[in-house]
Amino acid sequence: MNALSEFIRGITKDNPIFGLVLGLCPTLAVTTSVENGIGMAAGTAFVLICSNMIISLLRKQIPASVRLPIFIIIIATFVSIVDMLMEAYTPPLYAALGVFIPLIVVNCIIIGRAEAYANKNNVFYSLIDALGESAGFLLVLMLIGGIREILGTGQIVTFGYHVVSIPINPATFMIMPPGAFLTIGILMAIVNYQKARKLARGG
Amino acid sequence: MQGVVKVVEETLFAIFMNGIFIKNFLLIQFLGLCSFVGVTKDTKSAAGMSGAVIFVMAMAATASYLMYAYILIPLKLEFLGLISFIVVIAALVQLVEFILRKHVTPLYRSLGIYLPLITTNCAVLGVVLLNVMKEYDFSQSVVFGVAAGIGYTIVMLMMSGIRERSTLVNVPSAVQGLPHAFLIATMLSMAFVNYFRVIPV
Repeated sequence: MNALSEFIRGITKDNPIFGLVLGLCPTLAVTTSVENGIGMAAGTAFVLICSNMIISLLRKQIPASVRLPIFIIIIATFVSIVDMLMEAYTPPLYAALGVFIPLIVVNCIIIGRAEAYANKNNVFYSLIDALGESAGFLLVLMLIGGIREILGTGQIVTFGYHVVSIPINPATFMIMPPGAFLTIGILMAIVNYQKARKLARGG
Repeated sequence: MQGVVKVVEETLFAIFMNGIFIKNFLLIQFLGLCSFVGVTKDTKSAAGMSGAVIFVMAMAATASYLMYAYILIPLKLEFLGLISFIVVIAALVQLVEFILRKHVTPLYRSLGIYLPLITTNCAVLGVVLLNVMKEYDFSQSVVFGVAAGIGYTIVMLMMSGIRERSTLVNVPSAVQGLPHAFLIATMLSMAFVNYFRVIPV
């Protein structure tokens, strides 16, 4: 077990969306643009890193029978912090993400990693695991947000910078709710196809 | 004009229809998707889950409103809102489980296994947080909670019916399972998006 492979594992094999299939609600709801995706991933990453480290630090003190309520309280504390920080310093982003910032608390990725990883491993590896999962989450949100924004509006504008634009007739469908389902359905089918091909080649 | 629209929107009936169709929790707001793709493989378990969700949503909307309005606001502890809502929902689910097991055993047998799942269902916490965000009063909160539960049920039943029937459909192996569910959800969502046009929000 080395740190680099643990980090890469969070992006590839244990990717929160395509590998573990956790945390679908924010993935679909906030990815109307790349900017919202980055904001959501940043908030989730902060909570994931802090809660993973604290839980790993306290793993020998937390009694096994009441561990889930304790995890939830720890996570809720960090989510409240993120909620207030975003409301104070990035009001437009806070307005765009709306109810999904407080809802990070019931995001299955965070409690899933606390239960499956931080509860069993030391602080350093828990930090690496949290960083890897956060990076995986960020990449997926940026990918889905990018696809939806460029097909839905014809351009990608992130934090005031005009990144890219293509000369198409914008399909508003893609930034409406059905577009989210369509995008993730197709992406998941592609991932499944690649996995099956890799398996067939390997075995 | 703006004022007129606002008054119309805030009637209880408008909130009710809003909760069921226009702001449907699963297909428009994307709340509670884990159960949406996880528990819709057959109609029976989808119905059980939906029953439990309606029940807990209505109770959570009521209890959290009372707590927020009569305990947290007078004590100026609004920043503890999130933590206390989670504790209230968890306690409520536990309480409902006890009462059902003791007094309504048949209902407990059909809903029982779904109740613990609900504690971490974002739809229930979503109802509570939206009520606070929109500053609904008591009756509005309860109506919104019930309506959201009914909207959830309708979509769960439609989805599970379609998925049950489509088990025999021959799709490419890469699309089987989750991708298939999401593609069905795309179609359902397209139908629900059109409700925006019926009552412009």
